[in-house]
Amino acid sequence: MAKIKGTILVDIDKCKGCELCVVACPSNVIKLASDVNGKGYHFAYMEIPDACTGCVNCALVCPDSVITVHRLRPKSVQTV
Amino acid sequence: MENTITAQDIIRDGELVFKKTACLTDNVLSYCPGCGHGVAHRILMEVIDEMGIQSQTIGVSPVGCSVLAYDFMNIDMQGAAHGRAPAVATGIKRVFPNKFVFTYQGDGDLAAIGTAETIHACNRGENIVIIFINNGIYGMTGGQMAPTTLPNMKSSTTPYGRDVKMMGHPIKMTEIVATLPGTCFVTRQAVHTPAAVNRSKKAIRKAFENQKLNKGLSFIEIVSNCNSGWKMTPVKSNKWMEENMFPYYPLGDIKDL
Ligand code: SF4
Ligand code: SF4
Repeated sequence: MAKIKGTILVDIDKCKGCELCVVACPSNVIKLASDVNGKGYHFAYMEIPDACTGCVNCALVCPDSVITVHRLRPKSVQTV
Repeated sequence: MENTITAQDIIRDGELVFKKTACLTDNVLSYCPGCGHGVAHRILMEVIDEMGIQSQTIGVSPVGCSVLAYDFMNIDMQGAAHGRAPAVATGIKRVFPNKFVFTYQGDGDLAAIGTAETIHACNRGENIVIIFINNGIYGMTGGQMAPTTLPNMKSSTTPYGRDVKMMGHPIKMTEIVATLPGTCFVTRQAVHTPAAVNRSKKAIRKAFENQKLNKGLSFIEIVSNCNSGWKMTPVKSNKWMEENMFPYYPLGDIKDL
């Protein structure tokens, strides 16, 4: 069955590794990297990108507004 | 087939559903990781963006962690002396009655040194919006007890917890200003979950619409976290806030005329 797919872009340099997006994601897409960014924070990344539905929950709770979300509706669910 | 859709495909063929508003500057926020100030800033600026009033809005920043709010909000702003933001906003709104004017203040600013200015601006029914971030502590100066600190809550000046016999009870500013005839919309919200963020944003939108209609003062408290001051991780501090702050500071509209 075709489903709505989403993807997030994290501005890694500005992420503070607070983990709020990790707990807000209903599909458990996000994790904190074992690597750190220039400020020493474990930044967020998509661990299971296929599970993202583009629901924007992560972006809503990100205090630093570093998440951008795109969403693609498969042709079969696209409305005219 | 489905599994072959890549992030590039989604970005190229799909729609952009969330992006940081242009009413926030590109500066990196000075707040600690996970601090609710960031979300509060963003939804406030999203409302201003969506109402198309960026060039007609003047904000007044406080003293406290959000003292640098003018570096992050991409609008005209004025700094005020500690606690005096409602008085400064009163002056600005009276000189420019057609501008949208708001203050953005923490609990140390609004509920301690600025109690008089807050209560009298509310009582006069100044046609402004007050955004009040309540995290129950003085964040910037090192986690001292604030008027809003919970009973028995530890802070750097109450290492054994707030003793209400000696230090008084936490003050509920929002309930107090709701009793004043000058306020038209008084609500308490939060920004720790997606649903709470959406509700807070709706409340902020309503407050600015009220100002457009000259209805009086709209007062929005946002119960927030201070994970550094509370000495917890951001995730734990939000949980602690739900369990301890919300029973004392219940969320919801208190007055809506
Ligand atoms: S858009 Fe929704 S599903 Fe995708 S990572 Fe963010 S919270 Fe998870
Ligand atoms: S909520 Fe934002 S700042 Fe926090 S870890 Fe996620 S992307 Fe980074």
